[in-house]
Amino acid sequence: MPQQLIKDRTVVDDRWTLLRDVTSEPIPPGPIIVSLPVWKARRDELAARGDVGVWLAAADDPAELAADTATLPLIAVDFPQFTDGRGYSIGRLLRERYGFAGELRAIGDVQRDQLYYLAQCGFNAFAIRADHSAGDALAGLAAFSDGYQLTNARTPWFRRRAEPGATDVR
Amino acid sequence: MLFYRSVMYRYDSFDQRLVDERVAQYRDQTRRYLAGDLTEDDFRPLRLQNGLYIQKYAPMLRISIPYGLLSTLQLRTLARIGRKYDRSYGHFTTRQNIQFNWPKLEDVPDILAELAAVEMHAIQTSGNCIRNITSDHFAGVAGDEVADPRPYSELVRQWAALHPEFAYLPRKFKIAITAATTDRTALLVHDIGLQIVRNDAGEIGFRVIVGGGMGRTPIIGHVIREFLPRAEILNYLDAILRVYNRYGRRDNKYKARVKILVKDRTPEVFARDVEEEWSHQRGGPATVPDEEIERLAAHFPAPSYDVLAGDDPTYKSELADNRAFSNWAKRNVHSHKVAGYAIVTLSLKKTGVPPGDVTSDQMDAIADLADHYSFGELRVSHEQNLIFADVRQADLFALWTELKALGVATPNIGLLTNIVCCPGGDFCSLANAKSIPIAEAIQRRFDDLDYLHDIGELDLNISGCMNACGHHHVGHIGILGVDKNGAEWYQVSIGGSQGNDAALGKVIGPSFAAHQMPDVISRLIDTYIDNRHEDEAFVDTVHRIGIEPFKERVYAAAAH
Ligand code: SF4
Repeated sequence: MPQQLIKDRTVVDDRWTLLRDVTSEPIPPGPIIVSLPVWKARRDELAARGDVGVWLAAADDPAELAADTATLPLIAVDFPQFTDGRGYSIGRLLRERYGFAGELRAIGDVQRDQLYYLAQCGFNAFAIRADHSAGDALAGLAAFSDGYQLTNARTPWFRRRAEPGATDVR
Repeated sequence: MLFYRSVMYRYDSFDQRLVDERVAQYRDQTRRYLAGDLTEDDFRPLRLQNGLYIQKYAPMLRISIPYGLLSTLQLRTLARIGRKYDRSYGHFTTRQNIQFNWPKLEDVPDILAELAAVEMHAIQTSGNCIRNITSDHFAGVAGDEVADPRPYSELVRQWAALHPEFAYLPRKFKIAITAATTDRTALLVHDIGLQIVRNDAGEIGFRVIVGGGMGRTPIIGHVIREFLPRAEILNYLDAILRVYNRYGRRDNKYKARVKILVKDRTPEVFARDVEEEWSHQRGGPATVPDEEIERLAAHFPAPSYDVLAGDDPTYKSELADNRAFSNWAKRNVHSHKVAGYAIVTLSLKKTGVPPGDVTSDQMDAIADLADHYSFGELRVSHEQNLIFADVRQADLFALWTELKALGVATPNIGLLTNIVCCPGGDFCSLANAKSIPIAEAIQRRFDDLDYLHDIGELDLNISGCMNACGHHHVGHIGILGVDKNGAEWYQVSIGGSQGNDAALGKVIGPSFAAHQMPDVISRLIDTYIDNRHEDEAFVDTVHRIGIEPFKERVYAAAAH
């Protein structure tokens, strides 16, 4: 079964191939996502292709991609279990500190009930775990209509609450 | 029923929509679980973050009482939930939560909806996330406050609630806040303790303490910043949590609390990491404007106190005339910052009743009394008692009479029988041993009130296992349930204390069988009585003479 992908709130076909292997070679042609070690070892060659993205393990430091965020088309972050929350911080750092504007994809144990929080942390693509339906999972993005905190997607509520029409506060 | 102007935080439509959406989300998750679309493993973390444990005999639902504040409407709702979904009682915990021990998994979405209707929730009351924010149960009425901590507690509550980045931490995360010079929150044994302070310029800020905790590796927290301007609090909390979320251990749940990270990195290095992270966020959009703090503060107006001259003369004469009343007043009534008013603790530590348990009927009756005597609001203390914060001295005698009839006027606050105790082996599947029957046996041994008052200040805390929900490490006497080849044993420590000079108790030696425990406590007390200086509390005697004399007496006797 092909990987089910949600991208920008739509279920789409995934054209990228994920190379889980951290030492993989040769690297096949076509849009491909390689691990951080592979990227670091062959950066110049891979960067020249323009169709290579990088996936980060939960323990990887996103600072290692700081010099590449302007040019990488895609960065994926792995969630080995959905209860491993390191990737949420990685997402925010990539977006907010390292200025990554391309596709930020959650991979691994990615399920419907985590999508809202992931989107708040900057993810715009979700490779839904194979035993779940991406169509069903879409609903997870709409679990909440807003929240209190500063996130990648919004300022804190206390900064917006005084804006005209912000709420019908009683 | 009387109605008062609200003196606690009230939801607006934004707050309400969030908890309503949370109920809808959890209802759908429960439906998918029951339909087989979510596996047990995938559902577990979701239900935990909505307060639902699967316990030894049945599910247990833990409901948040943010920083301990409860309206009488909310208490009546808890009473009704107890009747409708449970066995007509609830259990107040050591973290300002209430637990119901017998709800059905399928009923929980409906229970959460009933809670949401009175501005309550069970969000993040368990699981590896930021738990209920706890605070001083005397907030706003104690005379020793730098500022009212409640607006800050609410600010932090909102920040913690459904924080997208920190829902899946390495382990649970507990934050306490106090503004008092006398700590009543066990601040130093929290993942983060925030002490509200004023700097030399008179500005309000926070002293930030990190990495305290109980459990299997008890540690007193470290101050990582002496003064954090209040506007920076959310930026700084984000920084601490981000460092923990990224680097806290996830390979071993016994080493996953932030205290281990702080210890492994050293407090200095941890502080440096936090400050580095904070430097990126400082002054950013999450900086809290003064107007927001003022807006929150406006939710906590002083109730409409009568203007009274000073101590009430009738109260004085009632104290002189009635020994039972004065005994109660001595232990359960505390001084109030407003003339002619008093703070009252309702003891949930009556002998024979599991510590912290209250029936639904009691809850309703207590709500009526709080409406009548204390502006329709009450508090839950981390010692598992209830507080009426604003009672006129002139009303104390009448209130005492009613509380006695309800069985919540045991005059034992601060005394040995005010035992802090977790649910233990009677309910909890993690327990090594039962804790409630031990509490009861000790209460029965020390049922002579005069003797109890003579022993004086003594915190006795019992946990059924290493998780330390009964805070045994910081009890003057701490009792820990241990498992020896499948049998229930009890390890005893002495010299722990909570508060400003928090200390961890020292284990006196090999553990005891349940039936030995009342004797063990008696021998500890005898040793104290024989050695104490005038007006010296038990814990001070322990600190002065050390644990040896206590140990000798207990084990010499045990050998016979
Ligand atoms: S201390 Fe242990 S036995 Fe007691 S409630 Fe906590 S986990 Fe259960």
